[in-house]
Amino acid sequence: MARTSGPWARRVRHALPALFSVLAALALWEVYVRLSGISPLVLPAPSRVIAQMAANRALLWDNTLPTLTATLLGFSCSLTVAFLFSVLIDFVPRLRRALFPVFVISQTLPLVAIAPLVVLWFGFGLTPKILLVALVTFFPMLIALVDGYDSTEPEIQALLASMGASRARIFRTARLPSALPFFFAGLRISITYAVVAAIFAEYVGARAGLGIVILNAKNSFRPDLMLAAVVISSALTLCLFAATAIVQAFVLRWRTP
Amino acid sequence: MSALSLSNITVTLGETAVLDDITLHVERGEFVSILGPSGAGKSTLFRLLTGALAPDRGTVHLNGAPIVANSRAFAYLPQRDALLPWRRIIDNVTLGLEVQGMPRAEARAKVSPLMPEFGLDGFAHHFPAQLSGGMRQRAALLRTVVQDRPVQLLDEPFGALDALTRMTLQRWLESRWQAARWTTLLITHDVREAVALSDRIYVLSRRPARVIAEFTVTAARPRLGRALPPEAVALEARLLETLLTQTGET
Repeated sequence: MARTSGPWARRVRHALPALFSVLAALALWEVYVRLSGISPLVLPAPSRVIAQMAANRALLWDNTLPTLTATLLGFSCSLTVAFLFSVLIDFVPRLRRALFPVFVISQTLPLVAIAPLVVLWFGFGLTPKILLVALVTFFPMLIALVDGYDSTEPEIQALLASMGASRARIFRTARLPSALPFFFAGLRISITYAVVAAIFAEYVGARAGLGIVILNAKNSFRPDLMLAAVVISSALTLCLFAATAIVQAFVLRWRTP
Repeated sequence: MSALSLSNITVTLGETAVLDDITLHVERGEFVSILGPSGAGKSTLFRLLTGALAPDRGTVHLNGAPIVANSRAFAYLPQRDALLPWRRIIDNVTLGLEVQGMPRAEARAKVSPLMPEFGLDGFAHHFPAQLSGGMRQRAALLRTVVQDRPVQLLDEPFGALDALTRMTLQRWLESRWQAARWTTLLITHDVREAVALSDRIYVLSRRPARVIAEFTVTAARPRLGRALPPEAVALEARLLETLLTQTGET
């Protein structure tokens, strides 16, 4: 038995080294800015970025919500479609050869070129953001699911077949749960891409959002405000990442007893 | 009338002849082992019985009637326990009943009284990863027998366990079998296991597999946990010799 306390204290102890290195980097940055006398128009100190976040909190909050909405809506659409396609491909293997090349090509398109086109076609509303987030996250999620189904132990499938289980029953009872660890691995990676894709879509054309804050701050030579928006987007990504980790720990509790 | 009888079964997979004119039978309440070198086609035989494969020639009869696809004649215990890691032990044990369409509550009620006998008392709501290898295999065996199928098919059920656990489980299986007398077909390449557990033993040749010998084990049960009678020791020696002629290394 550990001498001290429960799992939370242990988690904090685990997080200490990371916390320390982040704080050390920020301290170095602050010291460098103060000693070198570099202009805040080029490199603002962390203290100034934090001060700007506080001063512009209403603006930042109003622009965080649209980004969060675009991320979550786009990601939900992408997940739903990826799941439907993965089931389809699992039951009709021929579809895999027909569809995968199309999906792979979709992943080779540079976002820098596609984003302005999508905005041109679908306007400044929510639609182009959802599409771009989906474009970036759909294929990784599809691959995770399809590979996950294939990771099912052959002996488990033979066992279910000997019990008289149908193809659909085997999918539901064995293949789908077998894909869960793969699904969550894909989820954690994709959710971080999703935030970046949403911000980039806004940057290219939107009425509001963190991408717009960054664009406007850049145009008015305000790196402090740009960095403030960057901090928020990082925090947003970390929160979403943590949320998936929490859901995973619950859903996959059978893995680490 | 045999519980299970195979007559002149021949299977060719692609260009390879795997089973060559196999004839064998299992009586009701009998424990029969099939002993053969690795790669002899034992697993092909099981695929045939579970309906995953059709023979090129020959017939399989169950209680005198020809077997049809998905006849639900066999309860199958694979080599590794094949417990679903995301299901609790009780839900793994009832899996076969659920697949047959039995409501979950009814399946649990049927299985629960058997848990202590299989050494699983108090572990119903554990996940498989929390159990030892021996306990997992006992859970897998319980999952097999609760299906009430005419024949139990055991595919090297102790092959993946360490020696001590294997011995404990063999002894335990022997006592369970003496009480319940399940009609059992065991596939193994462990001579000692076959002699200890079986009423009769078929020895398969290497590929393409033929039945090259059939032995009846007469030693009194229980056989495990005490010195084997001389005739059983002699039988072990003969079996081993017969098998070794098939490995091509003598």
